[in-house]
Amino acid sequence: MAFTRRKMLILGSASFATATLVGLPAFASLTDDAIIAITGGAETSDAGITLTAPEIAENGNTVPVEVSAPGATSIALFASGNPTPSVATFNFGPLAGSQTGATRIRLAKTQDVVAIATMPDGSFLRASVTVKVTIGGCGG
Amino acid sequence: MISRRHFVQAGLAASAIYGASGFGNWGRLSAQQALTQNDLLDFKTTGNVTLIHITDTHAQLKPVYFREPEINIGVGGVIGKPPHVTGADFRKLYGIPDGSAADYALTYDDFTSLAGTYGRMGGMDRISTVVNSIRADRADALVLDGGDTWQGSLTALRTNGQDMVNVFNALGTDAMTSHWEFTLGIDRVMEIVENELNFPFLGANIFDTEWDERAFEPYKMFERGGVQIAVIGQAFPYMPIANPGWMFPDLSFGVRQDNMAELIAEVRGKGAELVVLLSHNGFDVDRKLAANVDGIDIILTGHTHDALPEPVLVNKTYLIASGSHGKFVTRLDLDVRDGEMKGINHRLIPIFTDVIAPDPEMTALVDTQRAPYKAELDEVIGKTDSLLYRRGNFNGTWDDLICNALISEREADIALSPGFRWGASLLPGQDITREDIFNATAMSYPEAYRSEMTGETLHIILEDVADNLFNPDPYYQQGGDMVRVGGMGYRIDINQPQGKRITEMTLLKTGERIEPSQTYVVAGWASVNEGAEGPAIWDVVESHIRREGTVTVDPNTSVKVVGV
Repeated sequence: MAFTRRKMLILGSASFATATLVGLPAFASLTDDAIIAITGGAETSDAGITLTAPEIAENGNTVPVEVSAPGATSIALFASGNPTPSVATFNFGPLAGSQTGATRIRLAKTQDVVAIATMPDGSFLRASVTVKVTIGGCGG
Repeated sequence: MISRRHFVQAGLAASAIYGASGFGNWGRLSAQQALTQNDLLDFKTTGNVTLIHITDTHAQLKPVYFREPEINIGVGGVIGKPPHVTGADFRKLYGIPDGSAADYALTYDDFTSLAGTYGRMGGMDRISTVVNSIRADRADALVLDGGDTWQGSLTALRTNGQDMVNVFNALGTDAMTSHWEFTLGIDRVMEIVENELNFPFLGANIFDTEWDERAFEPYKMFERGGVQIAVIGQAFPYMPIANPGWMFPDLSFGVRQDNMAELIAEVRGKGAELVVLLSHNGFDVDRKLAANVDGIDIILTGHTHDALPEPVLVNKTYLIASGSHGKFVTRLDLDVRDGEMKGINHRLIPIFTDVIAPDPEMTALVDTQRAPYKAELDEVIGKTDSLLYRRGNFNGTWDDLICNALISEREADIALSPGFRWGASLLPGQDITREDIFNATAMSYPEAYRSEMTGETLHIILEDVADNLFNPDPYYQQGGDMVRVGGMGYRIDINQPQGKRITEMTLLKTGERIEPSQTYVVAGWASVNEGAEGPAIWDVVESHIRREGTVTVDPNTSVKVVGV
């Protein structure tokens, strides 16, 4: 089989989608500020809160995230590497059957997803999961 | 380091399980002594359950040469632990004499000369003989296939996996799990699973993206020797990232550790006395899973193509690694009593093609699958003066040849070839047939693209792939070996974080540093994105080999690895 230069130029096509991964600034401080706005800088505990997210996002545009903190009055969710880190705040009334929230979020790049639960006694719980957003390919 | 004696002691200390492992007699036979089939298969049947594990055959129906990796680097907590041990260190760890049959089968050094002594390995008709021999002792032995079965050869590509489905049905397989199977496209997978496969296609970690419901059976319960056995299947977790997700758009995978813990509780609740995980996670992911999740007795590992002569014990779970390309079959005899595993006898059986007699029925079935393609398979395209192999973290001569073909045939500055682990080896002096080219390239997204990339983009790609290999947490390691690069050299410090590992990128033809803002012509293949265009990679390689006549691939010295 022979390939001419013209054919090759016509056939040319980009392989790796990289646009979403290039150089966004760090937004961690925005997340830290938002968390302090909730907790007032109080210590957080990591017991009693479960944050579930994939280790590696199958599609960075829609990453399933679930958070559960039994007894919480509210849970705030942050994507620390996104331009606007605040994702959602789930508020639970006294009649809520469970204190669980699930949603799908867009992640611009590899980053920590953070959840802060506010408990009725005024204490706070924190969970954090690293979600990797990768170009993909080359799977042996 | 684990010696055979230590393995037994570790087993005793951990859970009062008695055990034995190793090679039998053949491992110490020198080149001068003739191996016999009996040396390989002689095994005292013990306990009440027998498992036969085969995995990652990559559609190799016929015997092949397959050189094990020279470079297989472990990171994080697994530095220097099996399977991240190669060559002389491997022989020392397992007590393997230099130049022995075990040396040839399990390590890379002197491959060409030892291949001359010991010959090819594998062949489904030899594997069938081994399975039949084990079942003659233990009729209800379970045959479990870890996947990567329906892809990797010309015939599997042409028949959309039908040849392998027919052969594994005939082998009497009891269950399988999957990875490359999905690159046939979801419609074909469902056609096979629903209509053609005689056994379950297990995938506990495969869910429907829309409703988050299970897409395949997660496990199958078997009763063998009066023992309730749960076989849970775990497909390759990073399927939509490492391979083209658009070919199976409604499926989600992932490690899903909590899901595994729930399933173990479920099967134990149903009375399972033995829990077996038939896994395509890859060895390091399985090691972490075994450490984090209780209640798995045996993990039959896959994906990373490791062949280990002994189980690796993690948190009361025995991890078994049975190699690839039909080179090995593992036999496990288990003693399960009073609802728990009391004993384990393990043997990694090497399939020496010239030692094990073929099963004539399977030979006939294999030849029937290949007959329509025989002329195409057998056509000689050229010859090689060099050993052609693929396995290794950074480069192999097969991919160097493919990169050379991409650069010359597609007039590129730089070539990229994915870090696949599959692909048989060829010895110096061998003819290169079309079948040989397909054994290194056959898959369903073969377009050899040609595009322009900036130096910055190339750097991002290399950093991304490097992190998928060298992230210290195995759950964040996504796929194959490092992308192979032609026309460009680089330095990699594996212990740096993503973004800082790759430096000194150099365009080889000028010796100049790659400039982030400059544009380079890059050719590659196996893009996971929909709509990649170009000729099939096997046509590019064939054209190159025809032009060269006899190919020579010089040792690749353009990747400088530090931090090992």
